[in-house]
Amino acid sequence: MTTPDAAKPRQTPLHAVHEQLGASMTEFAGWLMPLRYRSETAEHQAVRGRAGLFDLSHMGEILVAGPGAAAALDYALVGQPSSMAPGRARYTMICSADGGVLDDLIVYRLDGEEFLVVANASNTAVVDAALRERADGHDARITDQTDAYALVAIQGPAAAGILGPLTDVALDGVKYYTSHRGTVAGREVLLARTGYTGEDGFELFSRPEDAEHIWRTLSGAGTAAGLVPAGLAARDTLRLEAGMPLYGNELGPDTTPFDAGLGRVVKLDKPGDFVGRAALEAAAQAPPRRVLVGLRGGTRRVPRHGYPVLWDGQPVGTVTSGAPSPTLGVPIAMAYVEPEVADAGAAGTGAGPGRAVPDETGPAGTAGGRLAVDIRGRAEPAVITPLPFYHRTQDRPR
Amino acid sequence: MTVPENLSYTAEHEWVAIDDTVASVGITDFAQQALGDVVYVSVPAPGTAVTAGEPFGEVESTKSVSDLYSPVDGEVIEANAEIDDDPGLVNTDPYGAGWLVKIRMADDPAGLLTPEEYTALTKEAE
Repeated sequence: MTTPDAAKPRQTPLHAVHEQLGASMTEFAGWLMPLRYRSETAEHQAVRGRAGLFDLSHMGEILVAGPGAAAALDYALVGQPSSMAPGRARYTMICSADGGVLDDLIVYRLDGEEFLVVANASNTAVVDAALRERADGHDARITDQTDAYALVAIQGPAAAGILGPLTDVALDGVKYYTSHRGTVAGREVLLARTGYTGEDGFELFSRPEDAEHIWRTLSGAGTAAGLVPAGLAARDTLRLEAGMPLYGNELGPDTTPFDAGLGRVVKLDKPGDFVGRAALEAAAQAPPRRVLVGLRGGTRRVPRHGYPVLWDGQPVGTVTSGAPSPTLGVPIAMAYVEPEVADAGAAGTGAGPGRAVPDETGPAGTAGGRLAVDIRGRAEPAVITPLPFYHRTQDRPR
Repeated sequence: MTVPENLSYTAEHEWVAIDDTVASVGITDFAQQALGDVVYVSVPAPGTAVTAGEPFGEVESTKSVSDLYSPVDGEVIEANAEIDDDPGLVNTDPYGAGWLVKIRMADDPAGLLTPEEYTALTKEAE
């Protein structure tokens, strides 16, 4: 018998902090999460200019351990975790047999026989089940440790300066996409130089009971440097500017890594079979069936998930994510479009689907002004823009 | 959340200030808080006829879009020009500088809520 409480969202170990800060909370993947504390635009800009503090305790952490752990993961995932040195982290995906993406993941190799697989909150159960099934026959234990971890992220150009004095890990020696065991504010953490914002930053995996102390210490230490709490709304616009996919938008069971322009995560030349190999080998050989592009909106109205992309008024694709870009000052979006449209947009020519010869040129990406997004019944002009929209070394806002 | 005493309200979270035959309209503090940072507002041009209860524009924020509904019958006589350059006025001053349109009413307004009725409605929405 289910109880009335069964549907209530779970609270993270930092819930009391969010309440105290007056956060607007939202339900996300069965968790009650801070959407924003004040203004999501201000939080976004703080991460770009200084630093932001995020509660990401809803993410899933699955431990894969044992002498056969590396082999099990080589079989279960599209990447090759066996080739990772201890202390390294890698972005990868887990696909189904037809090559469709079940989740995108970061895998941290903790040592020779221990890997921490970090999954999206919405997919943790699916990933856990798939790993168990695929590890069958390997000498590896799969343990869902989500409840054993809290996750606090500090992201932004000031992050290292704020975190440095509070940790026994020498941050200068921490390369991007590596992890180190150590302490922050005297509490044990797995410290990783990873993130989802396009900025330098750190993700701190701790015990749940230590999360509040770690948060408050970072918060206090970071005040002078302009550190602010940042919620899921800012997290989404930051990753969009950085051209990073979101599962459920750019990635899903109907997309392959190749569709999303992320074929690099599929290691077809690793020895041995892996789930999805045949389908992904075929996809790698085949001409692209659609291309993920970046779009800049030509008006202030925002292209949003599901809106049609039009070429000469005809639908040629669909928007996967869209939002106003605080850094660029215009709406930005990602969309799947027909390959010819992506080519025409990139070339800045007027050549459309089915045309071999350009017949007009416009400003780069406009293809003669023929590209638009149907925003709630009105076609608004849009321009194809290379991803990412923002790169921290080139585009830092002044 | 503020609900000024001198205004009338609609169930769609708009405020209405009546001055003789002219109704000034905007969205409430409750609405701007729920929307988040406003990035774009679309309202009809002066001269447009509007009908009570019918959508006549939209307010777009970072995360969402909401329709604006005309609280009265009449004709738009002025749209707030400041909003175009600074849509954030809707967040920072929803009852003042963030006003959206002025409408010359065709008849007496009907069905508007008192501040107390509107406050009660927002409590139900929570």
